[in-house]
Amino acid sequence: MRISLYRYDPDADAAPRMENLELDIPGVGDLMVLDLLERLKAIDPSIAYRRSCREGVCGSDGVNMNGRNGLACTTPVSEVARRGKLTLRPLPGLPVIRDLVVDMTQFYRQYEKIKPFLQNEDPPPARERLQTPEDREKLNGLYECILCACCSTSCPSFWWNPEKFVGPAGLLQAYRFLADSRDTATEERLAELEDPFSVFRCRGIMNCVSACPKGLNPTRAIGKIRTMLVERGI
Amino acid sequence: MPWRRRQPPVAERFAPVVDVSQLPVMEFDGVIVGGGGAGLRAGLQLARSGLKTAVLSKVFPTRSHTVSAQGGITCAIASEDPDDDWRWHMYDTVKGSDYIGDQDAIEYMCSVGPEAVYELEHMGLPFTRTESGRIYQRPFGGQSKNFGKGGQASRTCAAEDRTGHALLHTLYQNNLRAGTVFLNEWFAVDLVVNQDGAVAGVVALNIETGEVVFVKSKATVLATGGAGRIYATTTNAMTNTGDGVGMALRAGLPVQDIEMWQFHPTGIHRAGVLVTEGCRGEGGYLVNKDGERFMERYAPNAKDLASRDVVARSMVQEIMEGRGAGENADHVLLKLDHLGAETIHKRLPGIVELAKTFAHVDPVRELIPVVPTCHYMMGGVPTNVHGQALTQGAGSGDRVVEGLYAIGEAACVSVHGANRLGGNSLLDLVVFGRAAGLHIEETMRQGVAFRAASETDLERAGARLVRWDHSVGGESVAKLKEELQRLMLVNFNVFRSGERMRASIHQLAELRERIGQAHLADKSRVFNTARLEALELDNLLEVAEATAIVAEARTESRGAHARDDYTERDDENWLCHSLFFPGERRVAKRAVNFAPKTVDTFAPTARSY
Repeated sequence: MRISLYRYDPDADAAPRMENLELDIPGVGDLMVLDLLERLKAIDPSIAYRRSCREGVCGSDGVNMNGRNGLACTTPVSEVARRGKLTLRPLPGLPVIRDLVVDMTQFYRQYEKIKPFLQNEDPPPARERLQTPEDREKLNGLYECILCACCSTSCPSFWWNPEKFVGPAGLLQAYRFLADSRDTATEERLAELEDPFSVFRCRGIMNCVSACPKGLNPTRAIGKIRTMLVERGI
Repeated sequence: MPWRRRQPPVAERFAPVVDVSQLPVMEFDGVIVGGGGAGLRAGLQLARSGLKTAVLSKVFPTRSHTVSAQGGITCAIASEDPDDDWRWHMYDTVKGSDYIGDQDAIEYMCSVGPEAVYELEHMGLPFTRTESGRIYQRPFGGQSKNFGKGGQASRTCAAEDRTGHALLHTLYQNNLRAGTVFLNEWFAVDLVVNQDGAVAGVVALNIETGEVVFVKSKATVLATGGAGRIYATTTNAMTNTGDGVGMALRAGLPVQDIEMWQFHPTGIHRAGVLVTEGCRGEGGYLVNKDGERFMERYAPNAKDLASRDVVARSMVQEIMEGRGAGENADHVLLKLDHLGAETIHKRLPGIVELAKTFAHVDPVRELIPVVPTCHYMMGGVPTNVHGQALTQGAGSGDRVVEGLYAIGEAACVSVHGANRLGGNSLLDLVVFGRAAGLHIEETMRQGVAFRAASETDLERAGARLVRWDHSVGGESVAKLKEELQRLMLVNFNVFRSGERMRASIHQLAELRERIGQAHLADKSRVFNTARLEALELDNLLEVAEATAIVAEARTESRGAHARDDYTERDDENWLCHSLFFPGERRVAKRAVNFAPKTVDTFAPTARSY
């Protein structure tokens, strides 16, 4: 197995470089890309990447594998390697801290901008707020986001305007709260999103949909927000 | 050589970066170490009360292991059964604990639980709903109605099979709203303990910059989660390295019931990834290689929903007696295919995903290969119901450690005793995260000053950082870690034997020597994960050694601790907590609380399901 690995340590390297490595793996089998990284790291501990749950729910190990964004822990090597070669790079579009570790500040800032928490100023009942199964169903495909940033960092509009365009991950969560029958801040939420950039920078390229390791569909959510904005304008 | 490189490794290029006598200082009223469910619930409580609060976490908070909890949060909110009663939940929990859970703490958890769960719902947690719009509850192991006499209960509140994810994100979101300060990707090296034995804060490492800081606080809360990574296979995240327990032990504080490790019946064979007990709650069951539903033999009433220790032992017994499935007859099978595609996709969508990814089976049509897998640390830093850390005073009575709290899996309050019930960990997190927050709030109102810390105190807290940064040769962290994990997996599994445990204690003492001389090859400054793994290895060692010594000392079988040389429960000698004191490596006993405030004591009886 030949691996071309993006290396960069700001204290040691003037510029990023690609390191060519070779690893003997008898029959790639079930090996995930994260397993591969772990084996490389056992040999060279200086390789830096984030990881935690190793089962695709914590969202730590989003990386770019042979040009595709995804989670290292749930992507089988056999699925991404081409002719025994795998190129591993950090998620594109964000500043690199070291090796595969990117600075997620801008990504998190866009998430925070959409006020990602339930707003309802009515005093809550002594028990839970009721919600019909049908209303709850509307949150499926939205709340499962793991904030791995695979979508936003595959989005040309986000690369271009990361400070003004909320990006697919943030907008998916914006819609998660717009769609929640318990949230009463719809008007304020939409007002915050109606400028030319926050939502409308989305050009429907749909890279986000193919990048999402959880099979979510930010483009559809963005479409729904647009519809709400348009209806609100009428 | 399997390995070629074009450049020499980045190792050894940087001088050690720490001078502990010159540390920059940050000050907070409360510092919570750990950004999982317990930490975030405590952080929320403090931030909402206007206290200057920081959550310090080695990962961005939503990466914490709470995110992996699947099946739900157990609580008597009386949605599925209008007659449900928190006292029934308490009974089940006491019985599940094999009678060494503290009854005052269990009473507190079960009785305030509903309030804590409703709060989560009000914060936005997207619970699955019943037709009447209430929170959906599913059956889980060890649950009963009417104090064990009314059959199986359905008491676990669920958001599909992603309850932990939903809970953790909801708590993080509400902390953002409350203005909690987050020190994300910071690692706590050690507690700063002053000459009075009080905790003055932590020495912490900013992972991104390599900067080392004294984070000073009036209250320090350990919410660092479990340590499942002492085992070679575990359902736990790679970050579950027992950092809080390690810190407590290095500070000379005792840990309680650390020999009690839960093996979850359904970890995916080989991968170790968790498959929720909710699968069996929804009607799934285990079969051996002959397709026999073997739990009917071991637990005729509760069957597959007996408590986890019972199911795990039954599975191992099936395998040992040659009825395991697969080429090596080393696992059993979880059957869901009879539930129908609709139920499976609606109630267990995450399991379908995990089974396909990690076992290459579609549970709608095929059986999932499973094996008991290390899952949960029942032990931890002993605390009272307010989360205050305890040690023993001169007269061997409890004494509060000033300035220190512990909550969640890192703590042992103790609501789980010798065996935790499914769905009780998420409840533990929110109930005691909140309780610690409330207590700190009250303490601050009464007025607390920062505690003084001398240069020596700081030096002690930064010592291991300096040690690793000065290492010039020796064995690698990866190799030593693997050795430790193998040792624990083989010798401290579902069944334990005295002889093997005694041998392991010697091996662990040797490992301590070797780890003390091991080598950190990469001493660079920025986002140095090799340094983190070295610091984590210190913590793994502390937890593993404490586990081994106490497990060998507890000469009985109770809950998750099953010995082949002491096969019976011994209430005469061991109806008590164990305490492990790190200095002299001494094992002591501590009384279990049998005095709940509002209900009668549940007296120990023989435990059957």
